[in-house]
Amino acid sequence: MITYEWLYVLAGVAFAVWAVLSAKDRRWGNAAFWALLSASFFSGSHLSDLANGVLVLALVAIAGLGGLKRSDPPTTSPEERQAHAARLGNRLFLPALVVPLTAVAGTLLYTYTPLGQTGLFEARRETLILFGIGVLAALAGTMVWLRPPLMAPAEEGRRLIDSIGWAAILPQMLAALGAVFAIAGVGDIIGGVARGVIPEGSVFLTVVVFAAGMAGFTMIMGNAFAAFPVMATAIGIPLLIQQYGGNPAVIGAVGMLAGFCGTLLTPMAANFNIVPAALLELKDQNAVIRQQIGTAVPLWAVNVIIIYVGAFLLWS
Amino acid sequence: MNYWPLAGIAIVVLGFALRFNPLLVVVSAALATGVLAGLDLVAVIEALGKAFNDNRYISVTWIILPVIGLLERYGLQQRARGMIEGMRGATMGRLLVAYLAFRQLASALGMKDIGGHAQAVRPLVAPMAEAAAVKTHGDLPDHARDEVKAMAAATDNVGLFFGEDIFFAIASILLIQGVFESAGYPLTPLQLSLWAIPTALCAFAIHAWRVLAFDRRLGRGRR
Repeated sequence: MITYEWLYVLAGVAFAVWAVLSAKDRRWGNAAFWALLSASFFSGSHLSDLANGVLVLALVAIAGLGGLKRSDPPTTSPEERQAHAARLGNRLFLPALVVPLTAVAGTLLYTYTPLGQTGLFEARRETLILFGIGVLAALAGTMVWLRPPLMAPAEEGRRLIDSIGWAAILPQMLAALGAVFAIAGVGDIIGGVARGVIPEGSVFLTVVVFAAGMAGFTMIMGNAFAAFPVMATAIGIPLLIQQYGGNPAVIGAVGMLAGFCGTLLTPMAANFNIVPAALLELKDQNAVIRQQIGTAVPLWAVNVIIIYVGAFLLWS
Repeated sequence: MNYWPLAGIAIVVLGFALRFNPLLVVVSAALATGVLAGLDLVAVIEALGKAFNDNRYISVTWIILPVIGLLERYGLQQRARGMIEGMRGATMGRLLVAYLAFRQLASALGMKDIGGHAQAVRPLVAPMAEAAAVKTHGDLPDHARDEVKAMAAATDNVGLFFGEDIFFAIASILLIQGVFESAGYPLTPLQLSLWAIPTALCAFAIHAWRVLAFDRRLGRGRR
């Protein structure tokens, strides 16, 4: 059976190669950072929790001291790229499409045909595993088709990962922060505070506090999934459903979407908001969030109205 | 109740506002939160290490970078721009509205992995949007180009977030179902996903209008 461990070995190899190339380039900070991450992928499952924790502290120390720099491996010039693009045409898009198509078509096939009963992939892990297979297929196909220098994919990959830098592990680090918040009971405290500010007897204002709590707590956690159980058990279920008799399906579904509006507004949702700013080499780290404010705020208000109308006015 | 663990949130907000390195901010917040909740420091570091290790799958997706980098070496971004330049009537506004509709529909059908920042926005959507904007408005200063690219990324996010919940077999729908079921309110995923449709339509209307307004504003800025 193919499990996530296989993917971790693949990622471990990629980061190890980037560490070696960084060392050859005398970028010691980058080399140490990618080597530690590679070690985490290779042996994280066999290390103690404390050893993994110390590894995290070491990664953060390197990034915090400014040890990560952009790199500039040899590549083609803009003119050469223009010439290649003219010669190769739209066929260039094919390898880029292989990866998502493998992931999506593979998942559909695996889920809705007898293939799923073969137990080839770890349960519920098939999409990411198929993504990995798609990457390998696209890489092999492109190497055979274009015949670049053997180290070209490694060097081009290093250029991109170094331009992303520390932001590459921020989403994973934020997930770890969410786990610590959960252990410390932050959700219960927030739920209690939110209940405390609700005025007695007003259905509309309770909907507003529920939706604001979803968006606000999502902004803090960077993730609506962490906010939903807290707000649903603090306000949504006891007040909106049990006390005021609202429609549970609307409160659940649209409450979650009010949280998604918060995701658009926070640097804590790093993989959606900070990572693309790095990937696109934007000067302002918050440039993507700035473009999202004008959509997220009115859409949040629309969600409040949908909950009020759909769960109460139309329901009763 | 002990409100001290909330200090971790304050550290996060302040740290991001003062532009400290985000990794440093996040780990400081985690350590402070755990210690203020009454755990000892070693236990907090262990919890952090375990959670970081359990979430490695999030960072696995970077293995796509060699493929994208290799295609860029052979002119993928240039080809994406060339395609837009050759299209009559292609404007940045129309292009991003079309991408928004595509991303929402694909996500609503369960294909949320088509698209995304590393796979689609950087190599394809952002260069196409930039080329379309330059085609309509003439050469643009760097800050305007950055705004166009940021809007391309924003469009990908909006399309994903407000499309995916219409598909009933998605993690967030299952989470809602789980929370409500344990509270004694069994719901079907289909009931929940149907109620994602009104918000999806409003998201499309609001964001499409904003993208088109942004395109017009870019044009005015030039004259």
